[in-house]
Amino acid sequence: MTRDQEESLLAHAVHFTNQQIPRSGEVRQLWSSSVLSSFSALMSSVPLVLCNGPGTCVPLCATGLLLGVLGLKRVLIIYVESICCVKTLSLSGKILYYFSDYFFVQWASLRDTYPKAVYLGRLG
Amino acid sequence: MFMSVTFNKACLIDKMKTVFVTVGTTSFDDLIGSVTSDESVKALIGRGYTDMVLQVGRGSVPDPDRCPGLSLQVFHYKDSIAEDMRNSDLVISHAGAGSCLEALRANKALLVVVNDKLMDNHQLELAKQLQDDSHLIYCTCSTLSQTLRDMDLSALTTYVPGQPQNFANFLDKAVGLV
Repeated sequence: MTRDQEESLLAHAVHFTNQQIPRSGEVRQLWSSSVLSSFSALMSSVPLVLCNGPGTCVPLCATGLLLGVLGLKRVLIIYVESICCVKTLSLSGKILYYFSDYFFVQWASLRDTYPKAVYLGRLG
Repeated sequence: MFMSVTFNKACLIDKMKTVFVTVGTTSFDDLIGSVTSDESVKALIGRGYTDMVLQVGRGSVPDPDRCPGLSLQVFHYKDSIAEDMRNSDLVISHAGAGSCLEALRANKALLVVVNDKLMDNHQLELAKQLQDDSHLIYCTCSTLSQTLRDMDLSALTTYVPGQPQNFANFLDKAVGLV
């Protein structure tokens, strides 16, 4: 989202912090800088990751899972698949379908193919 | 008494009818080329359009003399295209979800042009589904002028926006806030 949208949303929150995590660029960069920054962000904040699909969310979710596996923090992973995904999942969706606590799809055809998915209609 | 009379290029009696073309955040020169071709311009004028606004992204600006019979405005980017959409009678858009949904939420007749050089399957999936639901018509650059001649915009149905509140309520329960 843009900085203006972010500020508008945050203006309604009671308590918030804003932490930037480096965007995944090249593959080697993805796992080192993103995972370390994700680790620090998740340890110091609310234990929930809400994402909607870009590849950059995968290392963040992986870090959340790792924290749980290591017994450091239970992180809830919520994934919302893009409205563009009508019949097939995105690559991020295909990976995170198995690892998310809640996996939302926006079209009924996907719910039929992926029974673990939650369908509440379109978000937009 | 002095009377001021304004002429537009089409006809003094016809009111303004505008088509807004948007290519999104990158570029889509093939779409701009196709929509300003002689056949497309002829088809648009035949349907009573008088004005065309082109949002070209980082693509090239077409020759201003390319669309005789239509008043042409061109820009690269704006902070928001909401007003251009609001003022239009037809939106011709690339297949990006953001542009499509913005046009549908503005209740505009929408023609989506899929870039078959990109072959982003998910954009095409969304365009196909929305066409099946009669919310838009889609075509490619090569079939654009034919579509502009043959399309039946009266068959399109209103797009009902989704309900994010359902999602918010679900999440509140799931994380134990209610």
